[in-house]
This record gives sequence, structure tokens and C-alpha cells, in this order.
Amino acid sequence: MDSFQQTLFKLKSYWSERGCIIQEPYDMEVGAGTMCPETFLRVLGPKPYRVAYVQPSRRPADGRYGENPNRLYKHQQLQVILKPSPKDIIDQYLGSLEAIGIDLRKHDIKFEEDNWESPTLGAWGIGWQVMLDGMEITQFTYFQQCGGVDLDLVPAEITYGLERLVAFLQGKESVYDIEWTPGVSYGDVRFADELQFSVYNFELADVGALWQLFDLHEKEAQRLLDLYKRYDDKQRFPLLPAYDQVLKCSNTFNLLDARGAISVTERVGVIARVRKLAVGVAHAWMDQSNPVVAAEVTA
Amino acid sequence: MPLPFLLEIGCEEIPDWMIQPALQNLQELFTAMLSQNNLGGSVTATEATPRRLVLRAEGLNASQPNETKATLGPPKSAGPGAAQGFAKKMGVTLADLEVITSAKGEYYNFSKAVEGRKTLDILAEALPGIIGKIYFPKTMYWTGKGGARFIRPVRWLVALLADQVVPFEFAEVKSGAVTSGHRRLGASSIPVTVVNHEEQLRANGVVLSAAERRALIEKDLDGSVVKDEALLNTLVYLTECPSTIRGTFDPQYLELPKEILSTVMRHHQRYFSVEDSVGNLAASFVAVMNISSDPDGLVRLGNERVLRARFNDARFFWKVDQQKKLADRVADLKNVTFQAKLGSYFEKTTRVVALAQEIAAATGADVSAAARAAELLKADLTTDMVKELTELQGVVGGLYARAQGEPEAVAQAVYDHYKPVGMDDSIPSTLTGQVVALADKLDTLKGCFGIGMMPTGSKDPFALRRAAQGVVKIIVEAKLHLPLSTLAVSKDLTEFLLDRAKFYFKEVRGFKYDEINAVLASGSDDLVDAESRLSALAQVRPTENFEPLAASFKRIQNILRQANVAAGTSPAIDPALVEGGPEAELHQEFLRLRVIVDAQRKAHDYRGALEAIASLRPKVDLFFDKILVNDPDEKVRQNRLALLNSLLTEFSAIADFSEIVTQH
Repeated sequence: MDSFQQTLFKLKSYWSERGCIIQEPYDMEVGAGTMCPETFLRVLGPKPYRVAYVQPSRRPADGRYGENPNRLYKHQQLQVILKPSPKDIIDQYLGSLEAIGIDLRKHDIKFEEDNWESPTLGAWGIGWQVMLDGMEITQFTYFQQCGGVDLDLVPAEITYGLERLVAFLQGKESVYDIEWTPGVSYGDVRFADELQFSVYNFELADVGALWQLFDLHEKEAQRLLDLYKRYDDKQRFPLLPAYDQVLKCSNTFNLLDARGAISVTERVGVIARVRKLAVGVAHAWMDQSNPVVAAEVTA
Repeated sequence: MPLPFLLEIGCEEIPDWMIQPALQNLQELFTAMLSQNNLGGSVTATEATPRRLVLRAEGLNASQPNETKATLGPPKSAGPGAAQGFAKKMGVTLADLEVITSAKGEYYNFSKAVEGRKTLDILAEALPGIIGKIYFPKTMYWTGKGGARFIRPVRWLVALLADQVVPFEFAEVKSGAVTSGHRRLGASSIPVTVVNHEEQLRANGVVLSAAERRALIEKDLDGSVVKDEALLNTLVYLTECPSTIRGTFDPQYLELPKEILSTVMRHHQRYFSVEDSVGNLAASFVAVMNISSDPDGLVRLGNERVLRARFNDARFFWKVDQQKKLADRVADLKNVTFQAKLGSYFEKTTRVVALAQEIAAATGADVSAAARAAELLKADLTTDMVKELTELQGVVGGLYARAQGEPEAVAQAVYDHYKPVGMDDSIPSTLTGQVVALADKLDTLKGCFGIGMMPTGSKDPFALRRAAQGVVKIIVEAKLHLPLSTLAVSKDLTEFLLDRAKFYFKEVRGFKYDEINAVLASGSDDLVDAESRLSALAQVRPTENFEPLAASFKRIQNILRQANVAAGTSPAIDPALVEGGPEAELHQEFLRLRVIVDAQRKAHDYRGALEAIASLRPKVDLFFDKILVNDPDEKVRQNRLALLNSLLTEFSAIADFSEIVTQH
């Protein structure tokens, strides 16, 4: 039986052998691996790219104080981007499952329609949730649009839910019982985060302060986007830092949401504010990397 | 010699629910192309799995028939110079022209034999267009911006006319004679012919026929398995090689309500539920795999494990949700938006309580039970269970209300209040349930109509048609005498409800549209009464006197219209002016029947009343046969018009006969 980290190593080398850059996690709070610049910005434009990375993904509202065996505030995704998607992409994906020890002749795999959409990022794609013996283990998406921009090359995004997958491989009922490495359980490594962040997110986060933070990050992102239009040397303009501010907004929004501070009516409006920034960055990014393409996009 | 044709569009997994319409569409497109191009033959089969759409046709000609194309040239009288020019234009010599004689005279003509094009070429040209035109609700591109669109990436194409490949390209895929098998049970590259295609697929783990896949699943669904046609169909189109496994779960989960367990199994896991001999849920399930067997039981174990986690979640939600009673959750609805302009669910609740009380009072229901049910109606929206199992909204509220000691009438009303969810669904089982279901739906309708959010075309985001359909179904089937004029605030909404009533009477109850129009034209405020009149009308309609009388009523209406007499406005009939014979007989019969019909109508004996009216036919026929309405004497004429007008007015209160479409 492979440990959590051995499985991770195998998946990383599998995708490394297929031409992926192996990146480290992005060093900011994100709700999903898709939000990292390595996906959100790299899928834009005509340049091929292949990357894989583990991204700890924070979903404050999913926290359960470490009490629920299957639900986590922060779970680990393995995010794989192949741009453009090769013709045998699904075979390659199934090969990755074989590589971590799943004998596919003895298990049931189904591809069930599930079209991914992120209103916050102005992004959507077509795809499936991949079911292994009745359990969703992967989200598979062909991106169509990101930041409101039609993509030149259609990437395949493969997002593995690592805890579920490894719990399955190790036959564990609770993710906390997963063997991270011999002698150390997932719970040993992660329980404290789950408990403490649940307490903070649900009980102690200061709503007023969070709103202030949201406004500050929004303002800073918007200021940079406005500045970009007037900035002469576009090539050196800090769009990546602007995008960081957007990610801060997104995470602050998730915190406010988990805290119950955003009514359903407000929700739509706040999501629209974040989307406006994300779309702004995406368009500026297209312009910066290839002014001709961007002109076509906005035309 | 007629040729067989085979097309297989090999694809990544197509969503199950789109497959059958797509096949149908493919067949239509292909059939249209055959006939447009005069290729003969017809589609003999279409089949599909998630990864392939297959079409077979037989009897195609090898080419289009040869044709003669005639081009008329100058008249012979124009001389050899003109003929010379015409021949040159046609690319031939003078000797190739003929002279034909038409009504206009003699003309040069050139007849050219046009050879029919080869079917292979026509197919090669047409197929990319046909594939691209197959309708899917949502499509994607994958070869780059501006590339071909399809439901999912196309990965291979088989196109064979007899033993020849029909050469074409779609989305950078070249057609050929090579298919692909089951993802794990077959080879990925399999040469096929028109003849061995299906059998080669079978050898590679693919059961092409949907009927056969269905049979493979159904053979394992014994009497204990809860029938579920929609789920079965989904699984047929989610698999290429289906087989079933039967798993079990810990019976301790059976303490959770059946509704919750079966929803988790059906909607989240696509399992069939199993019942014991007395209809209680059993601690087992049937899952359908996309492989032929589970020799080591690994798939069963995996599915059992997933279900256990799901049930644990549900049990956890149940436990946590009980910590705050429904009644205490009502205030939390202030944070749940119903609709931006219509406020929160708390505000909706306040309105629905008031409306439910009104309706309860009007229908003799228990007002306080209705008010309490209305108050708790939406409180389950704040529970974890409903956030997880949204399709159980209402049902969860009812279960919680019962568990929290609310009166049974209240719990059942909350439980049922989304009913009827479709045309085939039943209405709430109790009067209190019917009252709150009506109040909830009417509030949504009134609110949305009030802010101008009427459904248009296919856009109906608040499912207002379904809500209105529900209102009509509940009123009619529960026989609630609730005049629409007291329920609906606006003219628009009343018309919308009547439109749904027509739909209901026609599609659900099977009445004829002209009968429905006839009944609603003579009064539509009370739908229960309308239904009684409609039933009576449908019973009396086939009797011999009815349709001829309806035709006569139409004639009367025309006469009155031509005479500019508005319905019901004539002066009283002056008996002194009534001429003896047919007119007097009709008058007498009218007076006699009027008393009878009136009494029957008041007693709601609509059938008796309609039969009585129909019995008037011989007198009416005789009248029209012998009497001239437009008598030269103006007084007599006016009196006759008055007689006809009274007849029409008095006898149209149950159904407006002039709406009936007759043969006469």
C-alpha cells in the first residue's frame, strides 16, 4: 500500500514524463487549483503549456471542525493542465490511475456529465466528473472560456481530489486515517488546521474587518487595472500582482460567505465585483502577452 | 446493385440524456440528404452508446440516376448564325443541336446527357455538414478557436458504403474503417466492415444495442427492486457493457426516512432501491457497472463504502438539523432571497400565511393548521439536509415537522406542498396540504406577474407554468370551489391560469379542444364547475341531436350578428306576434325546456340539461325549414330575432355551442 505522499510522487512523475512542468503550490489562499495563475493565466493565448501541481484548496464553508470523515476546509488537489489537450487525453488520464495501482479491469469507471463553471472567474468548460466504483475522484474539464475570453487552444484540466483517491486506495473510511507516510496519519498532519480554521471561519472571523479587507484588495486591483491602460511600457507592468489582489478578494469573499455575512441577494453582486476584476486582468494579460490577439478579442 | 451504408461517430462520453434526441436528429438529417440527392435507400437502424452514434442505411444506389438536361436555344427562324452561336456557347457543334417544335414555333435545342454523381462523392461532401448539424443542447470546441463544434470531442469516424470508405474529415478526424472498443475491455483500434461492425464491437466489450443493454440490466432487477424507468434509461446510456451488482448497507441506517435514503441512492449514486416483501426499504441496493463482472467484489465494496459515507453525512445532517427546530428557523429566512424584487423567503412566508388563511376559510379547511403549515413551509431551506439534497425541499420540512411534534396535518401539508411537481404527479393528499400548496404557488405567480416576470417562449426561470399547472390541477382534482376572480389579482394572470386550464383539460384529461373552448366561453371562473360541464358535454356530444343542434346555434349566431342584435339584449318575446305552426311549436318547446334546463342546471345536472337542450333539435330544424326569419313585417321579424336570441342566451350557459366544430 502506497502512502499519501508516495501516491503523490507517482502522479507527479507520471505527468512529468508526459511533458508537464511540475510546479509547487501557489503561495496564496485559493478555493481551487484553477484559480492559480499557472492555470487561470496560462490557459489564455496561443502558447502551448503543460503543468501539474498540488494545490491546497480552501473552502471555508466546507469546514467541519475535523469531525466529518469526508469533508474538509482545506483539501489537496492535483491540478494537471495540458494545453492544447492531446487526442488521447482520456487514455493518458486512465493511465495515471493505473500508475497509482488501480487495476481498471477490476473497477468501474464512468464519465458523468458535469460542466464546470466559475462565475467568479468568468470561466467555464465542458466535461465530466469521473466516477470510480461510485465515487467521484476527478473533475475533467475542457476549458472553453477564462476571464470572459474564448480560449485559442482548448486545454484539458484534470483535477484529482487526492484525499478521496488515497482513502480509496488505502481502504480508509475517514480521510483522517489516511497514512500520509508510514507512522504518520493525515489527521496527525492536518487535524489542527481543520479545527482551528473552522472555529475562525464560522465563529471568530471579524466580519467588519473582512469587509474592509475585501474593499482594500478590490481597490488595489482596480487601481492597477486602471493604471495599466495609461502605462507606457506594458511589458513590465505588474499584472501578476494585480491578479494576486483578485485572489485575495475571492478568498475574503469565501470567508464572509462561510461566516454567513453575505445574503443570497448580495452574493450575486459581490461575485460580479470579483468577476469584473478577474475579467479585467485576463484581458490585460492577453494584451500584454500579445497585443494583436487581444485586439481581436476585444473587437 | 443497392448498397449498404454505415456511419459511426466515435466520441468521448456523451451525456446520457442527449443521446436519443441526437440519434433521432441524425436519422432525420441523413434521410433528408438521401432524398434531396435522389440516392435511394433508407435508414434502417440507429444505435448508440455513450461513445458512439451509429447509423445504418440500406438500398443506396451507387450513383444518382442519369439525367438529360435540355437547354432551349434561339428560334429556327433566327438563322444559322444564331444557331452557330448557341452551339458554341454550349461547347458543341451545330450537328449536336436538334430542332424542336413548341407552341411558339420551331426552336434549336441542345440535350445533354448528365451523368448522375457517385453516391460515394455525395456522401463524402454531405457527411461533415450532417455531423456538424446534429443538435445538442450545449456544444464545445476542442481543436482550437473557431474549430468544429460537437457535444464532446470526436475521436474516430467510420463511414463505409459497402466495402468502400467514404472519405471525409470532421474536426481534423479522417473517416475510415477502424472503430474503437470498450475503454478497458476492448482494443482501441479495430478494423470493421459494414457486415461485422456490431459483432466486432461485441468482441471488444461493447454492446451496441440499447435494447440489449437494457435487457442485460433488467434481467437482474427482480420484484424486490423498486422500478425506476428514468434511472434505467440513464444507466442504459451511461454504459457500453452493463452488468449489475447488489450491495448492502448497515440496517441501522434504515432509521433514517426512506425518502432520504432513496434520494441519496437514486440521485447521488444512481442506485436502484430494494424493498422487502411488505414494501419497506431493504438494506441493499442495485448498482450498474460499465464492465462485465466484479470477480473480486471490489466494485461492490467500493460502492458500499461510498454509500456508507453518504448515509453518514445524511445522518449527521439529520442530527445537526434537529438542534434548531423548524419554527426557530423561520426568522433565518430573512437571509434567503426569494427574488430580488420580491424580497426574502421570510417575506414570502408572511404573504403565504395570509393567503393560506384566506383560502382555508373559503374552502372550509382548518385555518390554524393551514397557517402553521404555511409558516413552516420554507423553513427547511436553512437546513443542512436541504442544502445537500435540494430535490427534497418540502419533503425534509415535512419529515422534520413530524419529528418535532407538529400536528400531523401540518407536517403532511409541509411534506406535500411542492406537489404536483409534474403533470403526472398527484396533488397533496390532504385539504390543508392543498390549501398551502395553492397559497405558495399563487404567491409566486402573483409576485412574478406583479413585477413583469411572465414566462416568454422557452424562458420560464421561476417555473411559473408548472406553478400555474399545479394551481389548476389542485383546484380541479380537489374540487375546490375557488373562483379565479377571487384568487388572481391581474387580468394577465387570470388568462395565464385559463391557458393552463385549457392545457390541463386537453393534455391531462383528454377532452377535445372545441369542447373546452365551448365550456370556458360560457363561464370559466369556477374551474370545478367548468370540469363538470365539460364532462357532461363530452358525454352528450356523441348523441344524434347534439352536433346538428350545435350547427343550428351557429346559424342563429350568424343571423343575429347580421341583424346587429347583441346577445341577450332583445326585448321580451311577444306571444301575440308568434305565428302558429313551426314558430309557435319552437316557442312552446323553448318555454317548456327553459324551466327544465334551469332546474337541472341549478342542481348541477349538466348532462340532463344538455340532453334536454339537444332534444330541441327537431323543432329548431323545422323552424328553419319552414319559417323565414326576415319577415317583411318588421315587428314579426324583430320578434323572431328575439325568440332566437333568448334561445341562444338561455341555452348557452353550460357551453357555448357555437364553439363546437361540427361537420355540418
